[in-house]
Amino acid sequence: MAAINRDDVAHLAQLAHIEMSAEELDRMAGELAVIVDSVKSVSEAAGDDVPATSHPIPLTNVFREDVVGHTFTAEQALSGAPDSDENRFKVPAILDEA
Amino acid sequence: MSTDATLSFEEAMEKYDPVLGFEVHVELNTKSKMFSSAPNVFGDEPNTNVNEVDLGMPGVLPVVNRVAIESSIKIGLALNCKIAESCTFARKQYFYPDTPKNFQTSQYEDPIAYDGYLDIELSDGTIFRVEIERAHMEEDAGKLTHMGGAAGRIQGADFSLVDYNRSGVPLVEIVTKPIEGAGSRAPELAKAYVAAVREIVKNLGVSDAKMERGNVRCDANVSLRPHGRERFGIRSETKNVNSLRAVEHAVRYEIQRHAAVLDAGNPIIQETRHWHEDTRTTTSGRPKSDADDYRYFPEPDLVPIVASREWVEELRATLPEPPAARRKRLQSDWGYSDLEFRDVVNAGVMDEIEETIAAGATATVARKWWMGEIVGRAKNADVDPGQLGVQPATIVELNRMVEDGKINNKMATEVLDGVLAGEGTPAEIVEKRGLAVVSDDGPLLEAIDAALAAQPDVADKIRAGKLQAIGAIVGGVMKATRGQADAGRVKELILSKLGVEG
Repeated sequence: MAAINRDDVAHLAQLAHIEMSAEELDRMAGELAVIVDSVKSVSEAAGDDVPATSHPIPLTNVFREDVVGHTFTAEQALSGAPDSDENRFKVPAILDEA
Repeated sequence: MSTDATLSFEEAMEKYDPVLGFEVHVELNTKSKMFSSAPNVFGDEPNTNVNEVDLGMPGVLPVVNRVAIESSIKIGLALNCKIAESCTFARKQYFYPDTPKNFQTSQYEDPIAYDGYLDIELSDGTIFRVEIERAHMEEDAGKLTHMGGAAGRIQGADFSLVDYNRSGVPLVEIVTKPIEGAGSRAPELAKAYVAAVREIVKNLGVSDAKMERGNVRCDANVSLRPHGRERFGIRSETKNVNSLRAVEHAVRYEIQRHAAVLDAGNPIIQETRHWHEDTRTTTSGRPKSDADDYRYFPEPDLVPIVASREWVEELRATLPEPPAARRKRLQSDWGYSDLEFRDVVNAGVMDEIEETIAAGATATVARKWWMGEIVGRAKNADVDPGQLGVQPATIVELNRMVEDGKINNKMATEVLDGVLAGEGTPAEIVEKRGLAVVSDDGPLLEAIDAALAAQPDVADKIRAGKLQAIGAIVGGVMKATRGQADAGRVKELILSKLGVEG
């Protein structure tokens, strides 16, 4: 079994801003361990001669020319916003700078 | 706000050895954004330079801007870096309203450029090599304005307003290796390093490089260790130090603050610090913690970038003259002495002098105005000389007026003050203030007669060939005309009056 313990899950939940009860943490620790083990079976198929890849299709250098295209108006941009003010998205103050 | 204790810089240096590190973010000046075709323009109406990609809407796909990649490679080359044969983008996950996607597209394990260096020239000509760890590509975040609470600071804000125009603007983040051995020159080196990076990206034409607009932003890492100890102390990271002067001040302040903490036997807390230009101090941001676990993973929506050696060499061939070489050439073109030129560079007016010469002034005239008049005024106003608002054309016009004898040097400086006060063009100010050299010989001759009569002994000396005595008579005339005479013309008239060959 993979070593995913309750503390790992609590840590991940905190990073992902997901509130989880004590029972959920216990249950997820067990389930995630199974999932990680399942995914791990990939490394059994891929030998040392298979390089790690971030993308399944052998493509590189897909570029766009530096040309300005379409934009939204502020009204369009804000049309799905829960709240706005002065043509800007209005969000709760968060005391934590990224 | 509590004020942190500090030691004097001298005492801090006696006891401790500073180690620095910088992360400089450079905004590229591409026409469109890094991954979307929305325009990359500063200062437009909020949320008008955005489309679905910048707003992180479901199902959208980013596409890489070719010019942004080329600009990044050019920056890497100019920093003497190796360029990765192949590299990828990665997602840096965090929750904060400045990124609507909840991740920033960045690079992680394989930056496009790595292992470079920059040779930094300090004010006395000492060369200090700063090693570059990496330069990686990423996208800028949106801009938050904190409303309510204390004057725009996040502490005590009621809510924040977000403008995503800056979201997705291409960035290159340049990271140094730890910089050791700078000693008491650490603050100066910090400023010189950021200035050099700014100069390089401006010279490459890949960034507008305006620090006041955030085109070049610096995070400064500082730690101290007792002299002779190899292991680094714990560092603080001062964020967004956004002028060259602030970089110098922030490093100096952090050295003094760390020294006081260590001196009191306390540990340094590893944390971000916020720089405050008004008080020239930093305040505690947040501690480095689990929240810094960004869970990077390879960006599945973007394929790898492969920089063939041919492509890299093509780009290398387009690089402009490096700034250090350019300085050598300009000094020789302008005929300045080493000392004169170094003063110009240290005063931060080399570009301004070049522009002034391009506008039609001679090298001597350009230096006289920038070094003699403008640098001092900028210092009094506490801004960089280039930001004072003097246009090259203004200097050319002022100088022409002096050469044409319309105004004298003293008046010209007065006119300059008028221009800076926003009173209009030099010609308008001369007109409005009634500043014109008395060029009609009549009043001058009267004043000369009076001055000669008042100082007959001086007149005799001049007649006897002691021409240096003429200053006393010229001074008398200038006094009588309240400075409005053309000193050159006055001299000529005195000599002809006394029948002496000049």
